[in-house]
Amino acid sequence: MSIVTKVLMTGNAAIGEAAIRAGCQCYFGYPITPQNELTEHMAANLSRRKGCAFVQAESEIAAINMVYGASLAGVRVMTSSSSPGISLKQEGISYLAACELPAVIVNMSRGGPGLGSISASQSDYFQATRGGGHGDYRTPVLAPSSVQELADLTHRAFDLADKYLTPVLILGDGILGQMMEPVEFRHEAPEVPPVRSNALRGAKGRPSRIVKTFTSNPSTLEELNWSLFRRYQVIKQAEVTYDTFMVDDARLVVVAFGIAARIAKGAVKTARIEGLKVGLLRPVTLWPFPAAKIRKLAEDVKQFLVFEMNMGQMLEDVQLALEGSAEVSFYGRTGGVIPTPSEVLRVIARLYHQKGLHR
Amino acid sequence: MLVKTVFAGFGGQGVLSMGLNLTQAAMMEGKHVTYLPSYGAEVRGGTANCTVAVSNEEIASPVASSPEFVIAMNLPSLVRFQNQIESGGVLLFDASLVETEVSRGDIEVVGIPATDLANKIGSPKSANMVMLGAFIKKSNLVSLDSVIEGLKSTFKGKPDLVTINEQALRTGYDLL
Repeated sequence: MSIVTKVLMTGNAAIGEAAIRAGCQCYFGYPITPQNELTEHMAANLSRRKGCAFVQAESEIAAINMVYGASLAGVRVMTSSSSPGISLKQEGISYLAACELPAVIVNMSRGGPGLGSISASQSDYFQATRGGGHGDYRTPVLAPSSVQELADLTHRAFDLADKYLTPVLILGDGILGQMMEPVEFRHEAPEVPPVRSNALRGAKGRPSRIVKTFTSNPSTLEELNWSLFRRYQVIKQAEVTYDTFMVDDARLVVVAFGIAARIAKGAVKTARIEGLKVGLLRPVTLWPFPAAKIRKLAEDVKQFLVFEMNMGQMLEDVQLALEGSAEVSFYGRTGGVIPTPSEVLRVIARLYHQKGLHR
Repeated sequence: MLVKTVFAGFGGQGVLSMGLNLTQAAMMEGKHVTYLPSYGAEVRGGTANCTVAVSNEEIASPVASSPEFVIAMNLPSLVRFQNQIESGGVLLFDASLVETEVSRGDIEVVGIPATDLANKIGSPKSANMVMLGAFIKKSNLVSLDSVIEGLKSTFKGKPDLVTINEQALRTGYDLL
């Protein structure tokens, strides 16, 4: 029997635990299925820690504005919700981006549009990767596909937020949040949580600073937008992360993220056993998107299959990346329907033969 | 090897605990394992179920569209899940609570008088553990020792509960 350093946890609780270990000092949330175990974990564990605060806010909008306040005070702060709740938070996220304030926002997404369903879905891709709220901004988006990765990427989300002074999104889904898997935490919670140097904590001994999102001078705002976009260019250069599986000799590459990538990987493994040369590309950062990697793959691979639990959203990023250099097909299930690996395998096998890739 | 098992029954019968205990044991044995509770608009006293996937390699999906094992602790669960079982799979049900004819000839059907046996050993609430014991024997997915080790960590500081549950597990295990 192996030595157990792993614990069994829901994905939701694992995010909470990882956040605490990353030095998250404040959490503000409002209940919504399927992410309540995260709020519950923070209520039970964060509020017991010295100098930390857990608040169940009166609404999602209140929660995101509490995040805004805590971030101004220089502490690591997080909020979480699921699709409809994340829509409510968009104004606050836009303000955080405008004020260059770090924060981690978790979306354990569910079926949409509207109140949708409580089952897992990936239909918030557009919202997550295009900024989400109003104005010219982007947020880094991390897409885990296992409970372990939820924990690891939570840590990375806080680091990215502080490094680039930006809100960072973790885009999971209901299944990842609800399921339990063994998980290992690689960090201990810091005894004294970190505080950013530019925090607003009183102006004793220094000139006062004003942080605001409104200016009546368009050129001042244009300069802010330029400054944000220069930073986004750096993020695009430095932070793209992806995983590949069996792409080296592949004639068909499946592109999928999050839980869908995991399902697709199962299908790709079986396809390989059946002799089909299929590989998988899994973007871990959805923004910045691994466009260069996809273009590189297209030097050898002429057929791509995008598989998502939505009607085809990341599909557009793949098409943009390829610039017509390879053919792209799409398969999706939506509304909270969870596709099976054998279903995806059928799609792969059909496409493979239709396109004559077996010859 | 990838084996998916659905545990189903009334809320309160401990069907989620059965799944969790199996998951814990599989984790302790270093296997890949996922546990997924149903999280629909369930109500207390209604039906509950969870799916456990155990494998030697990465698990693609924690969802089971056709599980190899189904453990049904009540009639509604048996009715709901019996047709989903993979051909050649196994249906275990609590024969103390469910009187039924299973129409499928391509699965193995095993009735365990779990509730009666639990009553006999003086802990009616541990019918789920009797059932889990029988399942462990039938499936050989994890060892009984691992499940008992898991119980000890679940009920840390409550040796009485460990004893009761262990007795129930062994009762089911020794039955088959």
